[in-house]
Amino acid sequence: MIRINVNGRAIEVDAAPDTPLLWVLRDHLGLPGTKYGCGRALCGACTVHLDGAAVRSCSLPIADLADRRVTTIEGLSVDRTHPVQRAWIELDVPQCGYCQSGQIMSAAALLRSNPHPSDSDIDAAMSGNICRCGTYSRIRRAIHRAAEMLGAGA
Amino acid sequence: MGASTGTGDLSRRDFLGAAAVLGTASALVLMLPLRVRAAPGGATELNAWLRIAPDETITILVDRSEMGQGVYTALPMLIAEELEVRLAAIQIVAAPVGDAYFNPGNDGQITGTSNSVQDAWVKLRTAGAQARTMLISAAATSWGVDPDECVAKDGVISNRAGDRLTYGAVAARAARLPVPQRVALKPSKDFVLVGRDLPRTDTPAKVDGSAEFGIDVRLPGMLYGAFAQSPVLGGWPDSVDALAAAKLPGVRLVLPLDSGVLVVADHYWQALAARKALNVDWNSGPNAALDNATITALLRHAAADDPGLAARTDGDADAALRGAVRTHSARYELPLLAHATMEPMNCTADVHADGCDLYVGTQVQQLAQAAAAPAAGLPPDRVRVHTTFLGGGFGRRLEVDFIPAAVAGSKALGRPVQVIWTREDDMTHDTYRPPALEDISAGFDAAGRLSAWKLHIVSPSITARMLPPVVGVDPSVVEAALNFPYDVPNVSIRYTRQEIGIDVGYMRSVSHAINCFVIESFIDELAAFAGKNPYDFRIGMLGKHPRHRRVLEAAARLAGWGKPAPGRHLGLALMQGYSSLIAEVAEISIEGGSPKIHRIVCAVDCGQMVNPRIVESQIESGIVFGLTAALWGKVTIARGVVQQTNFDAYRVLRVNEMPDIQVRLLPSDAAPGGIGELSVALVAPAVCNAVFAATGRRLRSLPIDATRL
Repeated sequence: MIRINVNGRAIEVDAAPDTPLLWVLRDHLGLPGTKYGCGRALCGACTVHLDGAAVRSCSLPIADLADRRVTTIEGLSVDRTHPVQRAWIELDVPQCGYCQSGQIMSAAALLRSNPHPSDSDIDAAMSGNICRCGTYSRIRRAIHRAAEMLGAGA
Repeated sequence: MGASTGTGDLSRRDFLGAAAVLGTASALVLMLPLRVRAAPGGATELNAWLRIAPDETITILVDRSEMGQGVYTALPMLIAEELEVRLAAIQIVAAPVGDAYFNPGNDGQITGTSNSVQDAWVKLRTAGAQARTMLISAAATSWGVDPDECVAKDGVISNRAGDRLTYGAVAARAARLPVPQRVALKPSKDFVLVGRDLPRTDTPAKVDGSAEFGIDVRLPGMLYGAFAQSPVLGGWPDSVDALAAAKLPGVRLVLPLDSGVLVVADHYWQALAARKALNVDWNSGPNAALDNATITALLRHAAADDPGLAARTDGDADAALRGAVRTHSARYELPLLAHATMEPMNCTADVHADGCDLYVGTQVQQLAQAAAAPAAGLPPDRVRVHTTFLGGGFGRRLEVDFIPAAVAGSKALGRPVQVIWTREDDMTHDTYRPPALEDISAGFDAAGRLSAWKLHIVSPSITARMLPPVVGVDPSVVEAALNFPYDVPNVSIRYTRQEIGIDVGYMRSVSHAINCFVIESFIDELAAFAGKNPYDFRIGMLGKHPRHRRVLEAAARLAGWGKPAPGRHLGLALMQGYSSLIAEVAEISIEGGSPKIHRIVCAVDCGQMVNPRIVESQIESGIVFGLTAALWGKVTIARGVVQQTNFDAYRVLRVNEMPDIQVRLLPSDAAPGGIGELSVALVAPAVCNAVFAATGRRLRSLPIDATRL
């Protein structure tokens, strides 16, 4: 049994120690919002927050995460009111949508550490998240929009 | 508003087998009366796409798969326009398999060829208008007034006396009325929804993780499967030693199948661990020696040995070439490509006493049903297909190769089984975009006019495998070539089918991306050959094509054609496809021997638009897709094994590599054209033409990255 905190809840997980956090979230904890894309931290679809920082859950064995704090897309807000989610809705960013949980989690982590990112800050923070639909222009605009909302105290 | 979140809604739908059988699909099918059926929650079905419940819940069944292109928004907008309801008032669910959902342009219930809106444009507005007419009639009858004295707005019918009845109150009675044979559709000037940038219905579920893709389906008692396939494409298991795998934690089943070995466990990670422990003796089959050199040689020999079938013949191109004052010829070669959808292939099957429930992101509901049926040991009508959101389609989900194993596993275990391909499985067992070789020649007459155009296309035929029989030339290999727009009196376009031993598949923009690269690059070659500006050269040959001319002019204007910034170079390309017109201009510089793409500008005439904001996003999307293919796209094969296994070796465009993209949507009264694949094909020729402008180097093969400039 490994104890972790997911979206504010302490949870005991019964999984093989080498099981990646991604599959614990998806198969054991019923949180399929975090996506499998590559299994090798190449695409960012599985991005979650570990103690507030964006990480690739496909490449983190659960055994290494005892007592750590994980936030998934399901825990980012209870009602899609996180500024990043609101900006994503306002700009209709998603197309197929599969990568967007990871995009949103990377963007939320970026804005926490850098409330006013430049385009190059965005490129640096988001280049690990692939979108095959090519929503990158809207992602960039939505991050700037979310930064505005945060700046306005929203 | 409710985007479909899948399982809950879908699994309650048990009427799909009863979908009305309608003959040929066209607007006419709607004139046939549909049987009144009870739908879930006491709702009434007014037609194959529309249910209205007593509690005023309006549900629209969308019969095309949502893979990002916006059909869960655009198609409901068409019904809502005539039904006189707001889009936000509508619940959306995926339609089951049904004859009413036949797409005549694709010869099946198939989402592809960018024709969803073209197919639905009259059909769904008619469905909405018929339902509105029936609802009004039911209300008028209950009031004892003439229907002409009643109006419908926002789901409420009212009359001159001020009486009001809601759609929910009259839906059951309305459904028993005859379907009106003729309904007048609103002229476009009266549209209140169509043509507006309404928010996508699926966005909310796609920002909080609740959108249900195939891989997210969760059923009680569900197990997870991994599928081992021959490393060599087309191989099969001769024997399997499963002793070690079967002893691993959680393992429930090891099942050898024709095309591979299925391992099912309590959790997916366990299934993957058990798959690694399998000892499979693979028979490599006929492709054990296949590699890129053999594929290239096959195509080159075919080009030399076979003149091909005539696909288009105007005048006598051979005679015109012989009589030409100057001629120019070139050979172009294009590689295999992988679809690389973000969501790897997966399927969830639940075989039980009442049949088989299939939960899958598919573009081909009927083919999915047909693929599952034999594995389930059931007739196809006992397989219920529940279409989830697709985490990218791009044509990969026109295939059904990832379906039977899940069904076989579920049948063997009597429990739901979800089989997920790893990224490596997906990348190395794709149905790849076919390679192609094209020989092209042109001649100028004594007046300096282009007098001859001769194109010989050599490639495998996807359609001959997927939708046989193909009589004559497979239309999916001559796209953007047959409708060659330039004024040339003698045109010969021929096709030689040359298979390469492995299955190839439709990929976003299909042969447009092959032929447009060749044609629009070669036109640029001819312009240089004739000493003319590539823009003027094209414009001078578009006299019969004002719509082509308009998009080319618009794109050139937007790009500042003729006046590139210092160090920048421009290249352009033009295409008609999917009943739409598009021109693109690439603005590049050369940095460190490679092109840096600064800006892609495009102008689009896609006829009337249902939702311009979605059109714009699709055009951008296609440009990114096309740029990935142009810069880096190449699948290589060594001894029958695909060498690219993940996103490290199969590079795709990332945000830091994203150029500025500017899309100009031109107003048009024409019928809607397609937009989902439209912009893909022009990126490679536009960029390569800009490379020529910058360096004088003509790139006749892709990807660009393989050539150091």
